[in-house]
Amino acid sequence: MTDISHQSAPQSRHAGSLLQKDSRTVRRNRAEARFKIYGIFAIAVGMLMLAVLVYNIVTRGVGAYSQTFITLDVELLESKLDKNGNRNLEEIKKVTTFGYAPLIKNAFEKKVEELGIKTPLKPKDQAAILSKSAEAQLRDFVIANPDKIGETIEFRFLANSRVDGYMKGRVTRESIANDKSISVEQLDLVDQLHKAGVLNKTFNIDFITGADASDQRPEAAGMGVSMIGSLFMMLVVLALALPIGVAASIYLEEFAPRNWLTDIIEVNISNLAAVPSIVFGILGLAVFINYMHLPMSAPLVGGLVLTLMTLPTIIISTRASLKSVPPSIRDAALGVGASKMQAVFHHVLPLAAPGILTGTIIGLAQALGETAPLLLIGMVGFIASNAPDSIASGLLSPNSAMPAQIYEWAKRADPAFYERAWGGIIILLVFLVTMNTVAVILRRRFERRW
Amino acid sequence: MNDMSRLEKAVDTRQTKIAAKNVQVYYGDAHAIKDVSVEIEDNTVTAFIGPSGCGKSTFLRCLNRMNDTIDICRVEGDILLDGEDIYDKRVDPVQLRAKVGMVFQKPNPFPKSIYDNVAYGPRIHGLARNKAELDEIVENSLRRGAIWDEVKDRLDAPGTSLSGGQQQRLCIARAVATEPEVLLMDEPCSALDPIATAQVEELIDDLRKRYSVVIVTHSMQQAARVSQKTAFFHLGNLVEFGETGQIFTNPKDPRTESYITGRIG
Repeated sequence: MTDISHQSAPQSRHAGSLLQKDSRTVRRNRAEARFKIYGIFAIAVGMLMLAVLVYNIVTRGVGAYSQTFITLDVELLESKLDKNGNRNLEEIKKVTTFGYAPLIKNAFEKKVEELGIKTPLKPKDQAAILSKSAEAQLRDFVIANPDKIGETIEFRFLANSRVDGYMKGRVTRESIANDKSISVEQLDLVDQLHKAGVLNKTFNIDFITGADASDQRPEAAGMGVSMIGSLFMMLVVLALALPIGVAASIYLEEFAPRNWLTDIIEVNISNLAAVPSIVFGILGLAVFINYMHLPMSAPLVGGLVLTLMTLPTIIISTRASLKSVPPSIRDAALGVGASKMQAVFHHVLPLAAPGILTGTIIGLAQALGETAPLLLIGMVGFIASNAPDSIASGLLSPNSAMPAQIYEWAKRADPAFYERAWGGIIILLVFLVTMNTVAVILRRRFERRW
Repeated sequence: MNDMSRLEKAVDTRQTKIAAKNVQVYYGDAHAIKDVSVEIEDNTVTAFIGPSGCGKSTFLRCLNRMNDTIDICRVEGDILLDGEDIYDKRVDPVQLRAKVGMVFQKPNPFPKSIYDNVAYGPRIHGLARNKAELDEIVENSLRRGAIWDEVKDRLDAPGTSLSGGQQQRLCIARAVATEPEVLLMDEPCSALDPIATAQVEELIDDLRKRYSVVIVTHSMQQAARVSQKTAFFHLGNLVEFGETGQIFTNPKDPRTESYITGRIG
């Protein structure tokens, strides 16, 4: 074929004028233009997907950050709360939340009368628009401040999730036709209270700082405690995965002899990075819980499992950044009589540090968003824990983690939890974006040229 | 003690510093250096010349055991530094490299300040007891590297910010800061322009007063200009070794003649 073309163009293939593009150049330029369009199209699709995702998450999740509250003046009757009047904390604690219900009922009734609202509802049904957490809130306050018994104090109680849904437009008068937990009359009352300024939708810090709540009280559920669980897990991962990972990679990259054994180790590390995370979960269940008898649902165990999962990522990225340090630096150090370890620690490691840090942060971010292994070690499900009071209890007492909490909410029946799941995703994403930003900034700042 | 030995050297300037006997180097199965014996004298510049891939750099790297860092490299034969076998099991290559400094083909300053570049060697070898002594070592080394005047006002500037020729002289200063006895230079001027090359060559001639210098070079003119002894390598063999003047004017081996007249290489 080349022979033929040579015959047909005997002089030069580049004979024509430079001012006129030949057909081959035109074809090549067209191919390039097409390729650019494919690329732009691909990026546009990606950006569109991202925009849709962010829009969805924000519109669905933002509701979780505001909550409907009802302001009431509650008279803390001494006759109900402290019959003997001696302010003995043990005796006050004996009064259960049921003992507080009448106080709230009275306060509610009084408020409605005061505002001149007419309603066919019995006082008990009026107070039912409050969250079931109201009594507990009142009791906690009294136990914390026993000296306030006898006074009348203004409280902000959560409205229950149906009322909150009504305020946010999720619940309508039509949709409650078959709902036994709320009635149209109650919604009328809600409207009137809202008009009077007693019932308001405001920013809800408790969603960010609070603990999970039971199925009946979605309005009281928060991410705070599971955030602490995640934090403790990340501390475990950082404390274990970073030193082990960096030490392993330095040894493998700089000191280990190249032979079949290190080859096998290398291949296996790469394979481990691709192992589904649930496999690490079942390994953690078998080893840490069943064999070593560490407590179930504890952030310590979660952290250990996530360490196993993160190690390959850290080792791979650390080795890559060690490899990217030019060998001339090692030669230079060895040439002036530095030992191998001095060469590595004085020169190679500082140059690789930005890459190592970035890899570690990316690994941590990956671990932070991991749910599957936590399923197996029992960090999902309703874990009714309060914020831990010490580091030891933070590590060992049952807790959840942010992604596990989101999963847990997403699978509960009440649509109010669904909104909270989206809200939780916003928090999780904020954390992940922050971590990745920190990684980028660190890399930019400490990157050195040679 | 050091002064005594210097004194002796001054008396007998043609003392053998490094003696290599029947050195063989293998890279895996490839036989890179074949039975090379050479004697490198003190206070002398010895040039290794030869076509690319002839093994001159490999042989140079044997002299301070830099080849140890290459897993598949194997060295046989004896290399004696002051009569001691540097491949003896008891020799720590780290200690050896403090005695036999090296300057590389590509200038490779550490990405640290000029001061730290030079001070690094003395620091790890504990040559200075305090900051004042270290400052003195750094200044002397930079002076010996013929770069002091250019950098004395910016010792805190990164070594990598210098020009190529300055970087190479900084590397030479760094190498002499550890007080080596032998200085190995692997094509130190191949990345430099003619002016920087001239400066480095002048420096090499100056360094000869204190050290034994071994230089690998591609440029025959450079070998002729700076060296007193020249060794011609070809295909892993040491073809001819002798006084530089004799090698360039009256080579004994026809291969040497072909190379220096440009017919092979």
